[in-house]
Amino acid sequence: MNTLAAIAVALTALRVNALRSFLAILGVIFGVMAVIITVSLAQGASRAVQEQIASLGSNTLNIQSGSNDRGGRRGGAGSAIPFSSDDVDAIRENLDVIVAASGTIQSSVTAVADGVNWPSTILGIHPDYIEVRDWSVAEGRVFSVAEVSRSSRVAILGRTVVDELFPSDGVLGALVRLNGQPFEVIGILTERGQSSFGQDQDDIIIAPISTVRTRVAGYSRAGVRDPVQRIWVEIAPGEDMNYATEELEQFLRVRRGIDPGEQDDFQVRNFAEFITAFRATETVMGLLLAVAGLITLMVGGIGIMNVMLVSVTERTREIGLRLAVGARRRDIRNQFLVESVALCSVGGLIGLALGVSMALLLENLAPTLGVTRLTVSVDPSIALVAIGASTMVGVLFGFYPAHRASRLDPIIALRYE
Amino acid sequence: MSAPLIQARALTRTYHPGGGDVHALDGVDAVINTGEYVAVMGPSGSGKSTFMNMVGALDRPSAGELVIAGEALSAKSPDQLADFRNRQIGFVFQQFNLLPRTTALDNVALPLLYRGLSLNRRREKAAECLRMVGLDERMNHHPSQLSGGQQQRVAIARALAGEPAILLADEPTGALDSQTTIEVLDILDQLTARGITIVLVTHEKEVGARAERRILFRDGRIVEENP
Ligand SMILES: Nc1ncnc2c1ncn2[C@@H]1O[C@H](COP(=O)(O)OP(=O)(O)OP(=O)(O)O)[C@@H](O)[C@H]1O
Ligand SMILES: [Mg+2]
Repeated sequence: MNTLAAIAVALTALRVNALRSFLAILGVIFGVMAVIITVSLAQGASRAVQEQIASLGSNTLNIQSGSNDRGGRRGGAGSAIPFSSDDVDAIRENLDVIVAASGTIQSSVTAVADGVNWPSTILGIHPDYIEVRDWSVAEGRVFSVAEVSRSSRVAILGRTVVDELFPSDGVLGALVRLNGQPFEVIGILTERGQSSFGQDQDDIIIAPISTVRTRVAGYSRAGVRDPVQRIWVEIAPGEDMNYATEELEQFLRVRRGIDPGEQDDFQVRNFAEFITAFRATETVMGLLLAVAGLITLMVGGIGIMNVMLVSVTERTREIGLRLAVGARRRDIRNQFLVESVALCSVGGLIGLALGVSMALLLENLAPTLGVTRLTVSVDPSIALVAIGASTMVGVLFGFYPAHRASRLDPIIALRYE
Repeated sequence: MSAPLIQARALTRTYHPGGGDVHALDGVDAVINTGEYVAVMGPSGSGKSTFMNMVGALDRPSAGELVIAGEALSAKSPDQLADFRNRQIGFVFQQFNLLPRTTALDNVALPLLYRGLSLNRRREKAAECLRMVGLDERMNHHPSQLSGGQQQRVAIARALAGEPAILLADEPTGALDSQTTIEVLDILDQLTARGITIVLVTHEKEVGARAERRILFRDGRIVEENP
């Protein structure tokens, strides 16, 4: 008996018992639905991780003074000697593995233009920062290294700041007061939209780090000339991340006079690792949910097995007759297996439709419910997951009833009342 | 037309229901030739159905040997026996055993499903067999829409669909009234005229009288020929 004929026989049997077939697949429907939703959530979370890593740059390292060891001799960030612009220049000039480096100072700021106030964030940087972060300007230009040296009062605005302060045109060359100091607007940053944490990444102003340090943030540390809060560096293309990290750490240890064996008073962070670790809890949650979905699916499978066993018993005489007219054992087994798989596939398709609808609904409802961190990703390949999972359940839970059917004694089956 | 088709040698079938031995068949020797129309008769429990099940390869003997169309059934694997039933044997049962909610046409086509024929070829052949038993008008009726006699004719058409060498009918008229019994027996007469070998089990003298040869069973043995 060929497969097509087996499917035709199976579908006829299912149609004959439409209501019972439907009840039997309810469990599979809900199981597949649960799996679809959890897979969509998990894929959404991993997409968010990838987007964040991409937005930070996968070849980027971040350096901060202070150590992790809170119980030790040294305190956390802040108590250790901060890095300075000289450190940044030294890194840029001496380390071949590093192609760009910038110190940063971040501060809150009140921006005023034409009598409009807008509280925002200012980030003081070296032009290298634009390269490290893969940012760009949509209009205007980035300030030069010379302008950093001169502490020029020039600023580049994010799109949100532009929209708030300059509703009409004529931004470039305009004057904006930042914490009272007049700055010339020389560029507008390319829009980046919301972060996956729900932050507006366009509500930002950037300016030369030297200018921000002295005129806006008033950032100074005793004993350190030109301090910076953090250092961002970009690794040369093709360089190994771990090797570069070690080079950098060794360079800074020597520069800061830390003896071998002594603990570092700074941290070099790889942001890709950091985010991955941060999102790991979500991945674990996703896994737990997926396990719950699978259990639902398995319970659905038990429903299928039950109805298939009933079907085999009910059709004992039919099986006897089929054997008498020449069906081989495997024909009988395949007939019931195909029936079970067909049953589950129908359940899988219904579950797919419901699951995708629910996932899309969640995605659209999440922001209105204030759950900005919920990301859902409905991938077309989810259809394969649904069909694969339901087929697997059909084979797994259909096998025993089908095997039992194929082992019936033809004479006993024919006489069965 | 007198080559031996079915040869039974010391055919024995013993059941062990709850300890004791029941000799359903107790050393049966028989030869049935190609084209013969044989009635198997005898009292209830004498082993008639057991004999038929052996010949139809639905059951294996406890001892003895059965050679059909030159081949020993004992040498065959389960799959080979299935194939043997499919090609050499057509069964007709007392209770018809038609598939419910399935048209007469598809019921008749069932044996051909296991030969891997296409749906069209199966239905073509099934229609031809239904015509042979005079039911071509009822092809698309379900068993529940047919009379007992008509259902048994559908069952005979199904037995013929695979063009078997042997038609095995175990009390085919047992559930029919005298009028429809005659209809069914007339069809069997036509079939024997076409050369098919028929083995028929019956209790009724008049039914047995239509066959050209009678074998009488008692206590699992053949006790008389042509009584
Ligand atoms: N599965 C079985 N288990 C135990 N004993 C059986 C079994 N099948 C048949 N028998 C016994 O074998 C003997 C022969 O049975 P069989 O069915 O061949 O009789 P029969 O001649 O066909 O009778 P009937 O005319 O009533 O159909 C009987 O005594 C019966 O009880
Ligand atoms: Mg009997």
